Amino acid sequence: MGRMWIKNAVTAEIGAILTGELGSTAGKVELARLQTRIDRAERRCACDLARILLPFHLSSQKSEGFTPKTHMLKKIPLSGVLAVAFALTGVVLTPALSFAQEPPPGAIAAESVEVVTTEVAAQAETAPTEVEKFWEGRTAELALFTVNNLWILIAAALVFLMHLGFSAVESGLTQSKNTVNVLFKNVFVVCMGALVYAAWGFNAMYPGGAWTIQGIFALGSPIMGSVSGAEAVANLTSDYAPYTYWTDFIFQAMFAATAATIISGAVAERIKLPSFMVAATVIVTFLYPISGSWQWGKGWLADLGFVDFAGSTLVHAFGGYAALAAVMLLGARKGKFVDGKIRPILGHSMPLATIGVFLLFLGWFGFNGGSVLSADPIMVSFVFVTTALAGFAGGLAASFTSWILLKKPDLSMALNGMLAGLVGITAGADSIAPWYAVLVGVIAGVLVVVSVLAFDKIKIDDPVGAISVHGICGNWGTIAVGLFGSGALLTQVIGTLAVSIFSFVTALIVFGLVKAVMGLRVSPDEEEEGLDIGEHGQEAYPGFVPNK
Amino acid sequence: MKKIEAIIKPFKLEEVKNALAELGIEGMSVTEVKGFGRQKGHTEIYRGSEYTVDFLPKIKIEVVLADSLLDSAIAAIVGAAKTGKIGDGKVFVSPVEEAIRIRTDETGERAV
Repeated sequence: MGRMWIKNAVTAEIGAILTGELGSTAGKVELARLQTRIDRAERRCACDLARILLPFHLSSQKSEGFTPKTHMLKKIPLSGVLAVAFALTGVVLTPALSFAQEPPPGAIAAESVEVVTTEVAAQAETAPTEVEKFWEGRTAELALFTVNNLWILIAAALVFLMHLGFSAVESGLTQSKNTVNVLFKNVFVVCMGALVYAAWGFNAMYPGGAWTIQGIFALGSPIMGSVSGAEAVANLTSDYAPYTYWTDFIFQAMFAATAATIISGAVAERIKLPSFMVAATVIVTFLYPISGSWQWGKGWLADLGFVDFAGSTLVHAFGGYAALAAVMLLGARKGKFVDGKIRPILGHSMPLATIGVFLLFLGWFGFNGGSVLSADPIMVSFVFVTTALAGFAGGLAASFTSWILLKKPDLSMALNGMLAGLVGITAGADSIAPWYAVLVGVIAGVLVVVSVLAFDKIKIDDPVGAISVHGICGNWGTIAVGLFGSGALLTQVIGTLAVSIFSFVTALIVFGLVKAVMGLRVSPDEEEEGLDIGEHGQEAYPGFVPNK
Repeated sequence: MKKIEAIIKPFKLEEVKNALAELGIEGMSVTEVKGFGRQKGHTEIYRGSEYTVDFLPKIKIEVVLADSLLDSAIAAIVGAAKTGKIGDGKVFVSPVEEAIRIRTDETGERAV
């Protein structure tokens, strides 16, 4: 058994060191002394760990264990053994390295007895709650549950950070006279997004079998729940997930606002603020959960065998095609297309855009890494690698594509390329092998440059390249799962087209209605003056003198 | 008294300032300006679309000095700012009627 083997190997190693240091006889005596102490420590600590891990991994093999979405089942025996081996190595090495400073063994024993007595006394004072009863005698399960839960929470916080990234990218790639407006839209979207998701979206997207129209549409409702009693216990069972209901909600809520933020960048510098707020709210509340439920809520796309790991289609293509619909109804910014020529409207801060993309990259570790839906060591690290490699490959590919096509390496294209690679790998981050992930990123990086130039050619004005990055590369990434990952090509094509068309058509209706009722565009005068003054009566940089 | 307005390349400012300081000139005003002469502008590219930048960044130095210092100051500026390439800039000289030091009410050459 691995445990004995490691223990023997470490003991032999320490024996050799001691013999070398102290001579043969004294070394053997010292080793024997050490051996006793190791055995005692092992009994106290490592065997405890082994004892609690073993029944857990046996029981998880017997029952269904955690949701089949994770790869936990297959990995537990290996990770269990590794954990024991690791703990044992620590136990063996620590006294060997520091035995000179340690108190005599008697002192340790007395101390630990004292600690145990105090704990028992403290527990006796209050009756255990239902949650405490649920975990009683299942320390290892509780530990694993806590680790899983904590990782998804950290991932949720990382996805929240992506909204700072979006804010920075969008304000960097637009003019300084519209910065307050761009930032305001980002603030609104993240605040609104999480609240409407709590009020309606979460339960509409994850109906748990309670469909209004089977597999296609479910009504939403506010999230409910308690942190104590039977309800809290139900949220802790492996029937739910290897994390709590609250964790599940907050992770998904951080995703929901992303779809509207993608639209926000594409329509920047000319959309009326109230019109954007109304349209974005309708889209995030009602539309995003519908196509989301088709796959992640186990609707018709999931039945079809469609694969979208973290949302190349469900989040990014959805946002990208809604943005396309909005831009088509809105028209180009004034001065972008004059006399049939493309006149660039320069972003006002390349450093800000770069900071934004790096923040988005950081957040993507949570976006994809959290979508493992557990802290499974193998899967989370694998997803980190595929995600990062694809993002870097996308950045390089877009750099060189712009260098070749445009004669100069364009920073904004390189930044778009990093995002394109990340969007591309999002659907298959858990199933596409690392070098195929690089290929997915490279193709996304080339695609995004060509796509940005093509949209300019057909007079679709997208200041930040959101339609190309999220829409086109979202499609590509989803199809790539059919080529290099765990999906079937035809199903992938059907799935990504279905969501893209759904998003485009419904966004066209929403923005069309808003246009008819409220109007979409600010006046030409306001556009020239800047939306900061026009919509907000504020400046982003008071006293700032622009270069023009 | 005379006023020298010199339009120079931005990275030549330090050398010109030092050359003037060596002559004992104790003050000057400097402004970042944009403009073009025979050098004209250049084209830049943003997300695949080219555009021309007509106004290039330059530095304008303004120095007011006594007539006696004029020739040596001009020589110092021209000597320090010259690269021999197009876009080195220009020097303009104009008469100044009066100068007043606000703190002391001194006037004329004593004030510059």
